[in-house]
Amino acid sequence: MPEALYAITLIWGVVFIYAVMASIDFGAGFWSMIYLNKQQTRATNIANRYLSPSWEVTNVFIVAIVVALFSFFPGATFTLGTVLLIPGSIILLLLALRSAFLVFSHVAEEYKKGLTFVSGITGFLIPALLISVLPITQGGFIDSFDGNQELLLGKLFTSPSEYAFVGFAISSTLFLSSLLLADYSNVAGEMDAYAIYRKDAIIIGPISLLMAAFIIFTMRNEANWLYENILNYTPWMIASIAGFALGYAALWFPHRQKKAGFKGMPRIAMISVVAQYLFAGYAYGSAHLPYIVYPDVTIESGFTHPETFRALIVTYIVAFFILTPGFIYFWRLFLKDKRYVKPKES
Amino acid sequence: MDDLVIARSLFGMTMGVHIIYATLGVGLPVMILVAELLFQKTKDKDYALMASRWTKGFAVLLGVAIPTGTIAGVQLSLLWPGFMEVVGKVIALPFQIEIYAFFLEALFMSIYIYAADRLSPWMRIVSVTLVAIGAVASAVLITNVHAFEGTPDGFKIQNGEIVDVDPWAAFLNPSFLVTSGHVAVSAIMTGAFAIASVAAFKMLKEKGPNKVYLYHQKALMMGLIIGGLFSLLTALNGHESAQQLHEYQPEKLAAAEGLFETQQYAPLAIGGFTDRETEEVKWAIEIPWALSYLAGDRFDTEVVGLNDFPEEYWPPLFVHTLFNAMVGIGSMLILLSLIGFVWHKFLKRDQFPRWLMGIFIAAGPLSMLSIEFGWIFACTGRQPWVIYRIMKTEDSVTTSGNLGILFLLFLLIYIILMIATVLVLRYYFKRNPVSKEIDTNIS
Repeated sequence: MPEALYAITLIWGVVFIYAVMASIDFGAGFWSMIYLNKQQTRATNIANRYLSPSWEVTNVFIVAIVVALFSFFPGATFTLGTVLLIPGSIILLLLALRSAFLVFSHVAEEYKKGLTFVSGITGFLIPALLISVLPITQGGFIDSFDGNQELLLGKLFTSPSEYAFVGFAISSTLFLSSLLLADYSNVAGEMDAYAIYRKDAIIIGPISLLMAAFIIFTMRNEANWLYENILNYTPWMIASIAGFALGYAALWFPHRQKKAGFKGMPRIAMISVVAQYLFAGYAYGSAHLPYIVYPDVTIESGFTHPETFRALIVTYIVAFFILTPGFIYFWRLFLKDKRYVKPKES
Repeated sequence: MDDLVIARSLFGMTMGVHIIYATLGVGLPVMILVAELLFQKTKDKDYALMASRWTKGFAVLLGVAIPTGTIAGVQLSLLWPGFMEVVGKVIALPFQIEIYAFFLEALFMSIYIYAADRLSPWMRIVSVTLVAIGAVASAVLITNVHAFEGTPDGFKIQNGEIVDVDPWAAFLNPSFLVTSGHVAVSAIMTGAFAIASVAAFKMLKEKGPNKVYLYHQKALMMGLIIGGLFSLLTALNGHESAQQLHEYQPEKLAAAEGLFETQQYAPLAIGGFTDRETEEVKWAIEIPWALSYLAGDRFDTEVVGLNDFPEEYWPPLFVHTLFNAMVGIGSMLILLSLIGFVWHKFLKRDQFPRWLMGIFIAAGPLSMLSIEFGWIFACTGRQPWVIYRIMKTEDSVTTSGNLGILFLLFLLIYIILMIATVLVLRYYFKRNPVSKEIDTNIS
């Protein structure tokens, strides 16, 4: 049992990292589309400067989740692979279009508009579909007969729970990305862009919190087992809300350039909000245990062979030490180096 | 059509598309690395320009290689959930380690492209080396799973349960090194010939030996030398692969050679089509004793024929043609680079004749074709098994329906992506011709 618990914790950790990174990534794609025509603000440039070096790394995380899932929980793979054929394929199709056109739009200036449009639209559709995996695992949408399993697509798309999750995914994507881009433009000294992204965050923040409440509310009717469990994690939920409150308030904290009329400490806002999602993610993930897919697959029934588990953990540890310097170097080059973040006017 | 056929077609289509981008994604970083090294050694700015232009092309190709690879990885679980259950329990290691290779490649690819102006020459070379290592390692690791499907090891199935799992024994399965070596060296070969093709094409368009012409000539020679070297390695390794088939998957070798009767002094059939009724390869050139010698290094080696196996376990007989096409193209490429090398080094001619340039142009597409033939041969030649003699492909396929519509959707996306790749590459390189960049390079 503890081994399976370690494994699911690891996977949930990777899911969390991907969720944050992908929200920022997809959101940045969306914003670069929205502000494409406002040349004077440079908001699009900021989004692109963040997006260009980071999307490939972000994309590796989604493959990492899939691989970790079938490596650690091959039993769950069977069920998930079977029922997610349609939604999973649609996600893949959109992801392929987006990644490709994102790259194309950097190379082919003349097509930039159309290409940015494709990557912007798919950028917020993908999170909406990705998150649908969660309501599916909460039970009620899988029909089992003669040992076969089938996803009840009609039931899924008429369920309030599904729409609560979709709303949450889209608003969170926009909230997290506007916060990060606010911080990024602040560091870059692009104060016009900062003002725009700060305003976006102020508008969307409360909507995302409302959607989270909507999820809990629908959960009560549609996945009562999870609702009951999640009540045991009330302190974590309160911590999460506190994280939001602090982060949101930080948008009005005194700014370095107070005299010029700017408000907010975006770095504190960003960190608090990530903590908000971390606490909520912990509560949701813990309440979901021991089920991976309710009620058929638990972390024990789906667990891999113990020998394979141990071998995998060894590779994780070795890889951690090999890759961490690479990640740090990457971070310093693209997120801290002023020469990249704040290039001289040419 | 039944779901098995559609599932195989869908996955085969995904792989067929991904292979094009992935192969170049392995081959090009090696070429870029060589160009960077040559630039540091010779200080000839043409090589720096090659590295930067190839990197641009490589970045565009990666834009499709990465999503199609993501599709392939996820589609495995979606289309073959039964197979992936065994994979998760037994052969998860290569997938997992491949993720680390992806990270290495993605991190340093971005560093190499977007931080190029802030890196020292030494750090640029380290970065592109790590990209190349990441790319080759991904290819080697994913081929590890393919090798495992052909020569499974490290587990047993008792009463439907997977027992005695030894994940490292599965990882180090008998055909791992030879098979993945084959994929790695043939990918580098293809990257090199792709470069040579483009260079030869561009040289034909130039009037005489001007700056642009000389730039492309250097690229052509680089492509021919590296391509020739690696086509030779591919052939040597291929011989090894065939001997492994003889040892571990005799019915696959028998189908590849169209051999029905088990025999010593078996002949090698080159070309032709295997005929089921007459149990022979029609219109083939037969070389007496050669197959026995190739299989076991002795003319009296007994090579097992298809008739020794129940027909339901036979691979499809058309694999003989695929196998021959792969080997044929490979042999021709070795010869081609040899001719090019001799012409340039020993005959000391500055220019190649037009007919030879024409063949050089064909070399890139041909080597890609032989990669495709090789993969189709390797995968259909294993049928009806997904894991040789342990799990049948039909037993691992998804039970969900609706595969037909998915096939069409993916087909559509692949067509869009492939056309877009060509358009974007054309657009970029038309806007930024070598002639323009050479001038800005000097000033």
